[in-house]
Amino acid sequence: MVQGLGEVAWTVVVRELKLTSRRWDQAVQPLVFFCVVTTLFPLATTSDLAELRHIAPGVLWVAAMLASLLALESLFRPDVDDGTMEQWVLSQQPLAWLLLAKTAVHWLVTGVPLVLISPLLATALGMAPEAWSTVIASLAIGTATLSVLGAVGAALTVSLRRGNMLMALLVLPLEMPVLIFGARAIEVASYGENPSSSLMLLTAVLLFSVSLGPFAMAQAMRIGIE
Amino acid sequence: MWTWFHKLASPPYAYDVAGKCQPWFWWPSLILMAVSAYGGLVLAPPDYQQKDAFRIIYVHAPSAWMSLFVYSTMAIAAGVGLIWRIKLAHAFAAACAPIGVWFTGLALITGSVWGKPMWGTWWAWDPRLTSELILLFLYLGYLSLRSSFEDISRADRASAVLAVVGVVNVPIIHYSVIWWNSLHQGPSVTKTGAPTIDPSMLWPLFCMIVAFMLFFAAVMCDRLRAEILKRERSAKWLMKEVAVAHERDGVPNV
Amino acid sequence: MGSNASQAAQVLFEARALHLWRGDHHLLRGVSFAVQRAELVQVVGRNGVGKTSLLRAACGLLPVEAGELFWQGQLLGRVHDEFNGALAYLGHANALKADLTPLENLKLGVHATPHDGTQKFEKVLDALGVAACARLPVRVLSQGQRRRVALARVFASNAPLWILDEPITNLDADGVGRVEHFLAEHLNGGGAIIAAAHQRLLQNDARVRSLELN
Repeated sequence: MVQGLGEVAWTVVVRELKLTSRRWDQAVQPLVFFCVVTTLFPLATTSDLAELRHIAPGVLWVAAMLASLLALESLFRPDVDDGTMEQWVLSQQPLAWLLLAKTAVHWLVTGVPLVLISPLLATALGMAPEAWSTVIASLAIGTATLSVLGAVGAALTVSLRRGNMLMALLVLPLEMPVLIFGARAIEVASYGENPSSSLMLLTAVLLFSVSLGPFAMAQAMRIGIE
Repeated sequence: MWTWFHKLASPPYAYDVAGKCQPWFWWPSLILMAVSAYGGLVLAPPDYQQKDAFRIIYVHAPSAWMSLFVYSTMAIAAGVGLIWRIKLAHAFAAACAPIGVWFTGLALITGSVWGKPMWGTWWAWDPRLTSELILLFLYLGYLSLRSSFEDISRADRASAVLAVVGVVNVPIIHYSVIWWNSLHQGPSVTKTGAPTIDPSMLWPLFCMIVAFMLFFAAVMCDRLRAEILKRERSAKWLMKEVAVAHERDGVPNV
Repeated sequence: MGSNASQAAQVLFEARALHLWRGDHHLLRGVSFAVQRAELVQVVGRNGVGKTSLLRAACGLLPVEAGELFWQGQLLGRVHDEFNGALAYLGHANALKADLTPLENLKLGVHATPHDGTQKFEKVLDALGVAACARLPVRVLSQGQRRRVALARVFASNAPLWILDEPITNLDADGVGRVEHFLAEHLNGGGAIIAAAHQRLLQNDARVRSLELN
């Protein structure tokens, strides 16, 4: 008797969380990177909070995108290197489902911490606390989308030796709509207006990516495994 | 009908057909280009606002249209190759990509050139140009991915996945950029839209688009043949062709 | 191949006229073979001749240019899921997460079924002589011990067909003995094995057939 979809997803989640718990340093790195990159912008431009406020949504978002890209290195490559991915491809379970479950846990571990620390960084960049809820919502939905889109790129380049830069180049153009809607939502909220239209567009992109992305991931992974 | 389609998927047949069709695309394309150029540069009256500067639309609009058309064609060919495992479809997609890059580059350059007299700058983040730029990135990503794989079959299939993912995203990217741009509309920036339409201005535009499509078809015939040559290097039918050609030209057979 | 119906019905897996290229190199030229129940087909040949590629093509990991694969008489493409459920594959890599223990690797594997309790895995690990390391991270085990754990995954599965690529690399004589015991038991139970190895597996066993690649 084979595990059902729910059971196997749970197995994947437990496995990934156990692996993460034994490699804490790797899990913390994207978070630190996010903070470091955000710090670069005031250093590069101005220390005046009033001016930083204007670019704050963009800075948070670009930093989140870059952190997400770097974190994706650890998504599939270790599994392909130690042969575990071959077993996944050969299992009776739908590969797209397994990869989606893995990506979801990866987002939980690398994306959610960014979301939680973002209000702090937003304040550091001069934004008012009223915008916090939008910052969290925008980055929460956004980083999830970035994880899915990034996973497609990661699957495509998983067998290439120096594939990380190429993965970034493939994925960034696809992520531009996410950036546009996400940054706009925060910007609108910082003016005190209602960001719901941008957030809804952002959610639409997330749902679209989650429904089609895993199939692209699976197809790319089969090619990468050969 | 299906047998013809199936036959077309065979490299020697396609090689032959492409060679025969090429002049039928090439000459009409050149003639039409000349006609449209005459119509656009000489016959069409100057625009009320932009005077003669608008005439670059006769190159800009068709190249922008072609850049999108080629990307879609490339993605469809790649998808066909992926689903039905037809090698020739992959060869077709591979042949399309560089042409698409050229059209996109041309659209960007002509758009920039048009921008100078209109806005006073060589570059403005208007929706059309920004979309073209992102499309260029998509093309370059496709070419980069292709060249990263040593095995042609894997390169074909991986880039096919990317092309399909890309083509699905193109409308999303396009509309998100339009949306983004409409939020920050400056008062002095006018859209790079078509000027007020006079029929004498319009027909050279359509003529030029058709000319560009024929040009694309002509160039594709050559490029597809080149791709077939590259992929079927050691195939028997190709050896025979080369031997026949050598005999005809009096080259001693190795 | 047997001509009578009962023998033909026992053919579990068949490959016909497989052609595979690695770049420009024509690696597999029309390779055909069949495996019956209670039979071990050992693929032999010098290094680089295509043993690993053949095994991976048989699993479906590597697509072939030409040729067909059959599972229980049906084209592999049609019974894909069923085949995957009936197959246990061991490649060059051990498919073990270095940070997990052998038991965790086995229990959290994607082939594990809900019925598989710790006891079952402990038994197999014990039979392979690695019971003592069952709760240590794989990271600290030696190559030979890791290989035994990887084999435990295959042996603990209920798959009728085993495809093993160099199963006894890094194993000492004791390890080889234990593995051969499992191989023989599997054949006794009506299972089939396709294996690539430089050493002769199950010497003097009539159920072993050789497939020479050149």
